[in-house]
Amino acid sequence: MGMTISEKILAKHAGKDIVKPGDLLEVDVDIVLSNDITAPIAISEFRKIGIDHVFDKDKVVMVADHYVPGKDVKSAEQAKFMHEFAREYGIKHYYDVGRGGIEHALLPEEGLVKPGDLIIGADSHTCTYGGLGAFSTGMGSTDIAAAMAMGCIWMKVPPSMKFIFEGTLNRWVSGKDLILFTIGQIGVDGALYKAMEFAGSVIEAMSVDQRLTIANMAIEAGGKNGIMKANKQVLDYVGSRTGTEGIVYESDEDAKYEREFSFDVSDMEPQVAFPHLPSNIRPVSQARDIVIDQVVIGSCTNGRLEDLRTAAEVLKGRNTAENVRLIVIPATQEVYRKAMDEGLFDIFLDANAAISTPTCGPCLGGHMGVMAAGERAVATTNRNFVGRMGHPKSEVYLANPAVAAASAVLGRIGSPDELD
Amino acid sequence: MFVGKAWKYGRDVNTDDIISAKYLVSWDAFELGKNCMEALDPDFIKNVREGDMVVAEENFGCGSSREHAPLALKGAGVSCVIAKSFARIFYRNAINIGLPVLESPEAVEGISTGDELNVDPETGEIKNITTGKTFHASPYPEFMQRLMNAGGLIEYVKTRVRS
Repeated sequence: MGMTISEKILAKHAGKDIVKPGDLLEVDVDIVLSNDITAPIAISEFRKIGIDHVFDKDKVVMVADHYVPGKDVKSAEQAKFMHEFAREYGIKHYYDVGRGGIEHALLPEEGLVKPGDLIIGADSHTCTYGGLGAFSTGMGSTDIAAAMAMGCIWMKVPPSMKFIFEGTLNRWVSGKDLILFTIGQIGVDGALYKAMEFAGSVIEAMSVDQRLTIANMAIEAGGKNGIMKANKQVLDYVGSRTGTEGIVYESDEDAKYEREFSFDVSDMEPQVAFPHLPSNIRPVSQARDIVIDQVVIGSCTNGRLEDLRTAAEVLKGRNTAENVRLIVIPATQEVYRKAMDEGLFDIFLDANAAISTPTCGPCLGGHMGVMAAGERAVATTNRNFVGRMGHPKSEVYLANPAVAAASAVLGRIGSPDELD
Repeated sequence: MFVGKAWKYGRDVNTDDIISAKYLVSWDAFELGKNCMEALDPDFIKNVREGDMVVAEENFGCGSSREHAPLALKGAGVSCVIAKSFARIFYRNAINIGLPVLESPEAVEGISTGDELNVDPETGEIKNITTGKTFHASPYPEFMQRLMNAGGLIEYVKTRVRS
């Protein structure tokens, strides 16, 4: 019996030749990640274990990104707690304000992820790295504490589901739309406990940034991980960052999938997720009467350079509507500098956008764009649960960067095609 | 054995519902418990009593990986959660912090808010005292049972790193 990419990576990290769904494994991890919200619990649990070192100082990664720059005294204390631990234990990859950015955009940039790696993180969007052909999944802080001590963790081999995308994407349709569409098809628990494998000519030809967006939202369908075979763009990207290409796994012809979906996406429109679930999907043409107050372009889902370039392409020579606040958040320091060097900031500033330092901030209703009761936002983020971006009576509509930028100009949800 | 009242909710109760991100500036269960379920049911925290159970439909605990979610429930006095299904990360987290989670679609169908329940987390037996019906939750996966017997994941790791 053949194996899927996910099964092959898990087998390799468990020192086995063959694994199958349901097998319980102890897998070695290549990276153990946490952030300023989840690291404090992981550190407290780690200290209870009573050892004076982490399993590998180069493989424990800590990123201050959620509530930084410190939004209040308590969040500053949490970040300090993580900072002090990182210093005490000699954590090599500790990233503070001004030196990093949003974790899931940062790790690939820093060359910490390669195809074939196994990565766990105390953040649900750790599944992002599947876009590079790695097996990655989110866990809670206590599991992360255990892995920080042992360098391994228990895991069940998930059954795989396969999603094949064929056709040619329309202009303004991107990876974000494919994953929103998929979640709309299967629901927010449609892939519960499962590996979501993405394939087909569209995925094979797709840019690194868009692939990361797709894998990033696997958790929004309940998936354990999202994954796709590394393509040429990934190998070029990873090669330039790490000097190696990692191990490129691909699923066997006779690999077993619990379900397979095949979509011709040539006629697909940009997709919008209405409140209050990411599965509540409509094409943008059926979302045109929604008047908005705020637009957020950023996050671990859509705050990378290609996302900002797309937004700038739409915003160039245009201004945001009077009723709209536009907040642009480059995901990392590197994205920030490149966007600035390419002149994107001039376009954003001319459009009356506020440009923020990298932070998760408004995506989880933390800071830098929290909404009042009755307000509505179009956001390139990943969740639109009740109260996600502020008051429980505020609303979040999820979309791609082109639609978010066009909506900022229109003052309501709309597509760039509606702009003259 | 847990004795308490059921508080029943729908499907896809997410971790932002259980504890809003604005409260993630503490990891003290009691502190987090003060704002548990705030957006979903503002009266929950006023009504819930020590030992009560949260009962829900499918996909309980979806969304973020925040361990603060099961901590908040525990801090609010909730003894266990009974659901038709659980989101993956929440399920692991709940076990890791010692909040029993019981999967039983039949029990969820047979419980309404306010029902008096007796729950044995060891055997998975759920007795609805109000209706007189008894249900059995699916047993924990074997490895999870071993972890729980060892006193939780951190205790298990302690023995591992010492050996």
